Amino acid sequence: MRDNIYFALFAVIAPFSLVAIGGAPSIFAPLQHETVDVHQWLTGREFVEMFAVAKFAPGPGAMVSTLIGYKVAGWLGAAVATLALFLPSSILCMAVSRVWDQHRGKPWHKAVEEGLAPVAAGLVFAGILAIFRMAEAGPLSWAVAVLVAAILTWRSKVHPFLLLGVGTVIFVAAALVRMI
Amino acid sequence: MNAPPVTVSLVQIFLTFCGIGAGSFGGGISGLIHREIVHKKKWLSDHEMLAGIALSQIVPGANVTNTCVFVGQRLRGVPGATMALGGLLSVPFVATVLVYLAWDWISSVPLMPSVVDGVAAAAVGLNLRLGVVGAQRSFPKIVPILVTIVTFVAVGVLNWPIIPVMAVMAPLSIAAAWPRKSAHA
Repeated sequence: MRDNIYFALFAVIAPFSLVAIGGAPSIFAPLQHETVDVHQWLTGREFVEMFAVAKFAPGPGAMVSTLIGYKVAGWLGAAVATLALFLPSSILCMAVSRVWDQHRGKPWHKAVEEGLAPVAAGLVFAGILAIFRMAEAGPLSWAVAVLVAAILTWRSKVHPFLLLGVGTVIFVAAALVRMI
Repeated sequence: MNAPPVTVSLVQIFLTFCGIGAGSFGGGISGLIHREIVHKKKWLSDHEMLAGIALSQIVPGANVTNTCVFVGQRLRGVPGATMALGGLLSVPFVATVLVYLAWDWISSVPLMPSVVDGVAAAAVGLNLRLGVVGAQRSFPKIVPILVTIVTFVAVGVLNWPIIPVMAVMAPLSIAAAWPRKSAHA
């Protein structure tokens, strides 16, 4: 009967893979409803904690799914839940990318690529605003982001971990100054 | 189908995306992918990457995994996409569970919230650079600059849903980039 829990995990989570349009934030509310209210695999408090963990740890925010799987059925459950969330959408994306690549070199392909680039730039800027809004970021966050972007413009070969370290040092220093 | 600009081994793809996965904090991942794939390794051009990022947001699923699949597919087809996805998720998979197990301890460490905020802010800086690169490429053409501004305001400032906005902006922008049959002058 142990097999059933893995199947249940996959069956509950996989559909969310294909409805997450515009990224993971769009599925958090329904995912919480399914796993907390309907299946009672975890409490609401645990879900919120998992959300915080996924934000803290590296990787996409959708790794919440991995933790739900782990809570329900250990490491294997984590693997099943991760695949359930990322595999269906990835297969679809593989198909789309493949078709896209097959038409490379045609004039319309070049025009679509050319036309999508400024839209993407707008979406990237919008994403920055969304992240900062969600984190209720203050002027210090903006200052660090601009500083990092400026460093990259000036020295594009700087290792990203060094830049992440710069952000950490500035924030910890600011927190220490506030404490004094 | 045109060959990708460079030949990259599947192991290289896996390892590169392992690094990207390990460094992807606070939602600032597309900036990191752009820096590694376009600027450092030069596997893709700016335009290919930006088009991939736009496509990744139209296709359902997490934007980041979609962008990885797009890059991997471009470099080495389906095996490349599989390696990119596997690489991206491998480190976060283990790290997220370990952080969960140690969460009571981690969340009690003083200054930890500052560390998280600092890393996230720096990660956003990588994205900011990507946005600037994308916008710079438009100069001095007026239409693409307007497209970037309107898309940003609609999705970012006004919080309009992404799909309808793209359904309007993408065709407009593509039409403006369409090759003219009768060359001017």
